[in-house]
Order: sequence, then structure tokens, then C-alpha cells
Amino acid sequence: MTRTVALVALLVVARVVAAESSGVQAGVSGAAAAADSSLDAQTTAVAAQLRCPVCQGLSIQESPSELSQQMRDLVKDQLREGRTPEEVKAYFVSKYGEWILLEPKPRGFNLLVYALPVLLVAGGIGVIAAAVRKWTRPADLPSGSV
Amino acid sequence: MNWKRATIAALCAIPVVGLLGWGLTRDPKEIVSPLPGRDAPVFSLPVFAPGQPPLARAVGDSVRLATMRGDVVVLNFWASWCLECRVEHTILSDIAQEYNGRPVHFLGVLYNDQPASGTAWIAEMGGQSYPSVDDPHARTAIDYGLYGVPESFFVDASGRVAYKQVGPVSAVRLRHLVDSLLIAIPARAAAAPAKQGS
Repeated sequence: MTRTVALVALLVVARVVAAESSGVQAGVSGAAAAADSSLDAQTTAVAAQLRCPVCQGLSIQESPSELSQQMRDLVKDQLREGRTPEEVKAYFVSKYGEWILLEPKPRGFNLLVYALPVLLVAGGIGVIAAAVRKWTRPADLPSGSV
Repeated sequence: MNWKRATIAALCAIPVVGLLGWGLTRDPKEIVSPLPGRDAPVFSLPVFAPGQPPLARAVGDSVRLATMRGDVVVLNFWASWCLECRVEHTILSDIAQEYNGRPVHFLGVLYNDQPASGTAWIAEMGGQSYPSVDDPHARTAIDYGLYGVPESFFVDASGRVAYKQVGPVSAVRLRHLVDSLLIAIPARAAAAPAKQGS
């Protein structure tokens, strides 16, 4: 009788330990999966800002080329090593120049890219406003008429 | 004539035309490399094509840029699928032999290709005097800001990238660039003059 009780107790303890252990494992693998998905998201975000060197107007995220795939892998490796997205982009700029950035930094001659559309829209609005004012101005009445 | 309107139109048109004209003077495919003037990215890559004596290196040997410090290094990125690489192959191979004994190293770097295909290509082209190394995952190619082949980098004796050549290099340009870098190390360069005229 005592042996049976001891055996049952042992089984219960073993089951509880096994359940806790699997819970810890699930927690660890869940954390790893979350870290992986965060790394993937960061890789995608950085890769989307880098120009594919062998394509026309595509990012390395969009491009199916072998070089883009290798660059994406390098982005991921650098992020995994602990570099920040800005540091990863700076690495590619140091190798390919600012050309590698799909969105040029707003400074120097690049400012034209940002300023020109605004200036053109402002100019267009001005022209339209002037034309509308001219069209809606009441016609001058001839002098002497009643 | 309404001079005021004409002046405004001209003031608007001149900058746009000027910008377009300036754009026409530029090659949209040309990407200015930031590397010239900077330290050449270091590498350690395995030889897959040994080259020919006296420039040969054993297959599997690691070639490290750091060990070539003090000499001029010509790095040529190539691939067996690259048509333009055929144009410069003989030029590079012959001139590498011509400069044997002078403080200059020629090294081929295989880009996005299989070593077996590279070896077969070299055999088809009649051999290569200098060794070629493999660049797995194109890490060295990316480190050099490569965007196509052939591209060649000329590293000076102090380990800095002096010039970058995009596309096939001509014999005249190759000699000119190598000679201009050898001038910086006159004592050793003068010790073993090149065998000109081949």
C-alpha cells in the first residue's frame, strides 16, 4: 500500500516537472521566434531603403537578383550582430555612395529633389489663382453709358 | 509684345532646360565610387585557380590583402558568364607576366560564379598567369561596392584604393595605372624593370 502511494506520488511529481519544463521550453522558443520576426521586420525595413545596384529603380528588398539576395543576407547578419539600421545603411553608403539610398538625404544638391515639387505646386496654384481672378473680374463698363 | 510675360517664361524655362542639359552630360549608369582614396577593404579568400609559374599560388591557399601591403595590388572581379571579361582577360594575364618581379600583385576574384565554371573558363581562354580566388556570398564584392563585372581596383602600396576601373581595362590604361602607382615606390620598382614590348 505504501509502495503504491509512493509510486503514484512519484508519477504526479514527474508529470508536474515535465509540464513545467515544456512550459519553459515553449517560452524560450516563443521568445526566439519573436526575436526572429523582429529581425526579419528590421531587415525588410532597411532593405526597402537600399537600391539594388543591378536593377532599375528597385530596392534590394523587391529585387530577385542574386546580388540583392546577398545584400539582404548581409543586412540581416549586421543587424543580428547588433548594428543599428542607421549603421547598416552607413556601411552601404560607405561602399556605394549615397546613390545606394533610394531616398536621398535632404542636403546640398539633393534639396532640389524635395524643393522643386513644392515650388512647382506653389507656382501652379499662383498661376491658377491669377487666372481665376482675371476671369471673374467684372468687365469694365464703357464710360458714358448708363 | 508683352515683355513682362516673356521674361517670366524665360526665367522659368532657363533653369529647367539647364537642368535637363546638365543631365544629358552624365552617364546614368555611372556610379561614382566613394572608395578611391580610402583604405582598401581587407579580405582573406581561398585560391581556386592557381595561375601559372612564377605567379602561381596553390589551390586552397588563403590570399590576404594585408600580406601584400607595401606592394601595388590589381584586383580584378570577373565571372565565367561575363562577356566583357573575355575582352580584358588576355591583357591582364599578359601584363601580369610582364610585371613579374616588380612589387605588383594581380589577383582575380570570382563574382557570383562557381569555381568549377571559373576553372573551365580559364582553360577555355588558354590559361591565366595570376591566381584567382573565390568570394563566397559576394561579401568581398559588396565590400568593394561592386555592381557588375568586370571591375578592377588598383590598390597602392599604402593599402588605399587608388583607382577603380568599371568595364574592361585596356592594355594602355592598365600599364599607365600600374606604372603611376609603382612610381610611389621607386627604389623597389627600379630594382627589377618590367619586360616591356611583349
